[in-house]
Amino acid sequence: MTKAVLSSDVTHHYLRPKKKFPNVWCAGCGNGIVMGALIRAIDKCGLSKDDVVVASGIGCSSRMPVYLDFNTLHTTHGRALAFATGVKVARPDLKVIVITGDGDALAIGGNHFIHACRRNIDITTILINNKIYGMTGGQFAPTTPGGSFATTAPYGNYEKQFDVVNLAVGAGASYVARGTVYHSAQLEKLIEGGIRKKGFAIIDVVSNCHTYYGRFNKEGDAVAMLDWMKKHSMPIQAASKVPPEKLVGKFITGLMHETDATEFTDEYKKLVDRLSGKEASK
Amino acid sequence: MSSNNNTRLMQGNEACVHGALYAGARFFAGYPITPSTEIAEGMSRELPRVGGKFIQMEDEIGSIAAIIGASNVGLKSMTATSGPGFSLMQENIGYAYMTETPVVVINVQRGGPSTGLPTKISQSDTMQSRWGPHGDYTSIVVAPSSVKECFDEVVRAFNMAERFRTPVVVLTDEVLGHMREMMVLPNKGELEVIDRHHPDVPPEWYRHYEITSSYVSPMASMGEGYRFNITGLTHDQDGFPTAVPAEIKRKLDKLRRKIERYTDEIHKMKTYMMDDAHVAIFSYGIVSRSARQAVKIARERRIKVGSIQAVTLWPLPEAKLREMLSGIRKVIVAELNMGQLYQEIKRIAPRHTEVYSLTRYDGEIMTPQQILEKIREVKS
Repeated sequence: MTKAVLSSDVTHHYLRPKKKFPNVWCAGCGNGIVMGALIRAIDKCGLSKDDVVVASGIGCSSRMPVYLDFNTLHTTHGRALAFATGVKVARPDLKVIVITGDGDALAIGGNHFIHACRRNIDITTILINNKIYGMTGGQFAPTTPGGSFATTAPYGNYEKQFDVVNLAVGAGASYVARGTVYHSAQLEKLIEGGIRKKGFAIIDVVSNCHTYYGRFNKEGDAVAMLDWMKKHSMPIQAASKVPPEKLVGKFITGLMHETDATEFTDEYKKLVDRLSGKEASK
Repeated sequence: MSSNNNTRLMQGNEACVHGALYAGARFFAGYPITPSTEIAEGMSRELPRVGGKFIQMEDEIGSIAAIIGASNVGLKSMTATSGPGFSLMQENIGYAYMTETPVVVINVQRGGPSTGLPTKISQSDTMQSRWGPHGDYTSIVVAPSSVKECFDEVVRAFNMAERFRTPVVVLTDEVLGHMREMMVLPNKGELEVIDRHHPDVPPEWYRHYEITSSYVSPMASMGEGYRFNITGLTHDQDGFPTAVPAEIKRKLDKLRRKIERYTDEIHKMKTYMMDDAHVAIFSYGIVSRSARQAVKIARERRIKVGSIQAVTLWPLPEAKLREMLSGIRKVIVAELNMGQLYQEIKRIAPRHTEVYSLTRYDGEIMTPQQILEKIREVKS
């Protein structure tokens, strides 16, 4: 029990003392679990609150920064990564974290997402993926599985889904992970790894929107949806050891991809140094 | 070559680059678009040499987003674009109004709507520069008419952006952007350079949107110990979203008052031979050059005509303008669009002043001859 109290002390240390509870999320929403994991990961990294910028776009998940006692930037729909790029390029010494949702990052913000991956700019992106637009009331997203129901897919979704992990790897991100809100300890580690990684890090977090997705698709309440995650996920270490037929209907979690690639602000600094050296030798 | 080594032959777009650097710009994000691209090219060349930051973004939406991000961590920031790119930027320009973030946006106008005329002149973004983003706010727009004014007005745009914590739009055009003229680059200290007002309170007392007697709040940067929230949602003085009617109204009043209160300081008009004029040509930007030439020729023919050039396009100093026009019988509003500014001057002008519209929207400049013909027409 002592440990639980300690964890909640850590959490409270990073929440804004004045603002702004209760939060906007539905009871049972996975966003709170992600927020807790993020806070503990930042704490483990030993970052000063003043040196962390948390940016977000628009949507349920993007309301997270307002509760956090960092430099917080709640931007326009889909553009968090573009704002964050400006912050990071201007002040490479700051730790920049982006909170976004599946609609925010992959539909309206898809272009910024792939280019942030391509630049391999040192931003840690936490994509809370609940497979639906929650804030606007349950429309299908680029992550909604085929056949699923949403308010704009009343006869079942006939579109195909993005696979966030493959998309990010293909676009050049140097740290690509997937976690779930059921596996909160693993999630904390994955986020911590992303923060420590120099380069673009993306953590795709499978989350629950029982209010819309769960209700429309008869997946039950928050507990039932978390239970689904438990039963249908497999850590990448285990997945590599089982025959492919055992993976049918499952999704894989863990650190999916990591490379050491040059990072945007490092390269820019080299350019500035090179030019100033040249100027000096004139 | 001139003996003065500050003398340069340069394009309007190059003068914008030099003006921005003079004003202390240290961040530029942009996306290639004709006819503004030389500004991005110039910034990509110059900024890394002075330790500044340049980034070519994936589109114009990202460009304006990046400069707002950079400004909020303390760098004077700018982007440059033209018609279609300016349209794409509008939502985030609105975000800059709402979050009171100083940025400078140069729009080198070309013909529209849509892709329109990438290599031809227009002034058809006159109203978009004032009313582009959705919502209520008051904008500052400056409009140079020469290469030298490009330099000066970009410096002034930065000064006003920093002073009033607001985006400022610089409206040039294809001809001005690509036209070459001699200009003398001012030395350091010759022109005033204003930096944002930094808070003098400790972080725990700081409010990012504090209502002050001047309506302009001091501005801390992110990452220097003042931890605050920025949101495009309507917010209270601490920057947290609000739905309280009194706080909503207070915020929107602040956005308007912090500009309108200083209209006298912001406005800038250049007049030419207006003292005894009966007829006035009202114009801005490149058209003012033709207007002055037309006035010169008309004066040789003893026609009492003068020119008023709005260097600050928005806000227009309505009371002052009304007073200026009180002795004028006829005003010709000359512009390279279908009469956008005409409507505004018609609204502002005293009742006894007749207001005429002179337009051109075929991708060509307005000639002095065209203006002279209009003068002749309204005189008869």
